[in-house]
Amino acid sequence: MIGSALGVLFDGIAYGSLLFVISIGLSVTMGLMNFVNLAHGAFAMLGGYTCVMLMSKAGVPFLATLPVAFVVAAAAGIVLERTLYVRLYKAPPLDQVMFSIGLVFMAIAATTYFFGPSQQPVRLPDFLRGQVQVFGIGLGAYRMFLIAVVAAITVALHLLLVKTRFGAQVRASVDNAVASAGLGINVNRVFGVTFALGSGLAGLGGGLGIDVLGLDPTFPFKYIVYFLLVVAIGGAGTIKGGLVAAMILGICDVAGKYYIPQVGSFIIYFLMVLLMILYPAGLYGRRS
Amino acid sequence: MNPSFLPSRRKVLQGLGAAAAATAFPRYAYAADPLKIGLILPMTGPFASTGRQITAACKLYLQTHGDSVAGRKVELIIKDDTGLAPETTKRIAQEMVVQDRITVLAGFGLTPLAFAAAPVATEAKVPMIVMAAGTEVIPQRSPFIVRTGFTLPQNTAPVALWAAQNNIKRVFSLVTDYAPGHDSEKTFVNRFKAAGGTIIEAVRTPLRNPDYAPFLQRAKDSKADALFVFVPSGEGLAVMKQFEERGLKQTGMKMIGPGDVVDDDILVSIGAPAVGVITSMHYSAAHDSPENKAYVAAMTKANPGMRPNFHSVGGWDGMHLIYEAVKKQPNGNGQQLVEAMKGMKWTSPRGPMMIDPATRDVIQNVYLRETRMVNGEPWNIEFAKFENVKPSGDL
Repeated sequence: MIGSALGVLFDGIAYGSLLFVISIGLSVTMGLMNFVNLAHGAFAMLGGYTCVMLMSKAGVPFLATLPVAFVVAAAAGIVLERTLYVRLYKAPPLDQVMFSIGLVFMAIAATTYFFGPSQQPVRLPDFLRGQVQVFGIGLGAYRMFLIAVVAAITVALHLLLVKTRFGAQVRASVDNAVASAGLGINVNRVFGVTFALGSGLAGLGGGLGIDVLGLDPTFPFKYIVYFLLVVAIGGAGTIKGGLVAAMILGICDVAGKYYIPQVGSFIIYFLMVLLMILYPAGLYGRRS
Repeated sequence: MNPSFLPSRRKVLQGLGAAAAATAFPRYAYAADPLKIGLILPMTGPFASTGRQITAACKLYLQTHGDSVAGRKVELIIKDDTGLAPETTKRIAQEMVVQDRITVLAGFGLTPLAFAAAPVATEAKVPMIVMAAGTEVIPQRSPFIVRTGFTLPQNTAPVALWAAQNNIKRVFSLVTDYAPGHDSEKTFVNRFKAAGGTIIEAVRTPLRNPDYAPFLQRAKDSKADALFVFVPSGEGLAVMKQFEERGLKQTGMKMIGPGDVVDDDILVSIGAPAVGVITSMHYSAAHDSPENKAYVAAMTKANPGMRPNFHSVGGWDGMHLIYEAVKKQPNGNGQQLVEAMKGMKWTSPRGPMMIDPATRDVIQNVYLRETRMVNGEPWNIEFAKFENVKPSGDL
């Protein structure tokens, strides 16, 4: 009984970790520039397809494809940010939503055209497959790997934002963009770099997630609700909020499906309603 | 509200008049009239593989059997309904009837989509060939529906019997929460219980489901002898992956179900984890017959990298049925074509099949298969067959 509860907790944390990596970029862009970027999942999908193609066409090992997924998605992010997104920063939210949802449709159509509509397979290296017995509980090796990677990313992000000059600029810009610009911070450049970082993390998450979330052209739509939930519950613009929200969602989703499968997939939505009533600005939201 | 969005009374009257004209005057077909087949399929979205398989098969049929039959030129009109929007399917069906003046409606990837189009077929008196959707009640929705695919009770009943006879006592059932899933679950639970088995739990997963892990963990902890699974074809990959990762196979749990979970379209992608799964289904790309060997070779040649799956033969046989009906009734109207189809028998790549004159549904052999590695690739190898299984699944 306790064994299965720990197993559920472990799976939930792993699932939450994945949601965190993919969504954190969205949270930062929404908090920083108030830009509602519904196309965020498309960057995750790009990362996923980068991994799959490198593995199947070029024979690159799985672990080596992950940094490439990050770089490719970040590069795509910076190109799109400089050419398209930058034009819409001052636009009303509806325009931003229409624009980014249009991008999603284009991404889906293009992916279907080039790679076909079906699920993409991923071959994990042998040491990441199967289960490891820890105190008599079977833990998925890949999920342990996921948790470790996300822990490392979280620490790195934290250090980046708290200990570096760039981090200080990001925090200042999130708090008050106008005042920061007045103090000589190039808010646009900070935002461009942050956007690329967020897209890159989404790409990395997409690559990491193929084994758990699957990968097909409808990926950006399938999970958009989850990404937005993380941002809404955590509060836009905070790393801590995103992390806590992703963990809550991951654990409750898995636990709900395990213990009460009849209503399992409904639980996270109920949770969202409840949390949004209690914390309208998100758990760690800055705006009231 | 902006008044320009409201249709004017005149427009409405015009539309009504056009609709009335379209149905009131009988259309006379002359020998030179083209035979227009309106294919409505999901070509994008999560069920796009169904659309691609069926279109590929229909086009292949045209290539190999000529693009004219009984002196009539055959035209395929293919439209995408995206798989998730019944109202779109209905609208496309209406457009095809009124504007394109099609002779036959065909395709229909999912049950709700077939339901949506059924009234259009009845109204326009046009034969509607259901090639993919598998819920049993579909042909009852219109006297013009004829099915060339399969029904889920048909594909589920044999494996329920096999399980009961092969020392499987306790089963955990996992199906997707939509009409075909309910059909499959009901058939399995009833037949397996009737044969003396026990269902530990019957769980339904949402149609759009990100993560099967918790459901499969629950199945594992239930310590069942076997896990019964029905999911729409593309989802098999995700289920098999968790089945493997959680080590359900190592605990001795067998995976059984209708063949959708080991769909030939994705079986190569699933790879080794699929080995040992026992399923029952009307078609396997590995079916051992000259007709099927020729079919698989031609499909693979025309579509590199694609292995034909069970939906594709639904399309192939749908075309065959239309061709044969038109040969019997070269200028027949919808009613006459449906009459010509009733009771028709032929040998398909899947084996012998016929259209039941009473239900307009398909009666066919259903095979038990085990997934095995052959020359480094997984195939569903048939090891037993049930002859002439009825749409209700009665063996």
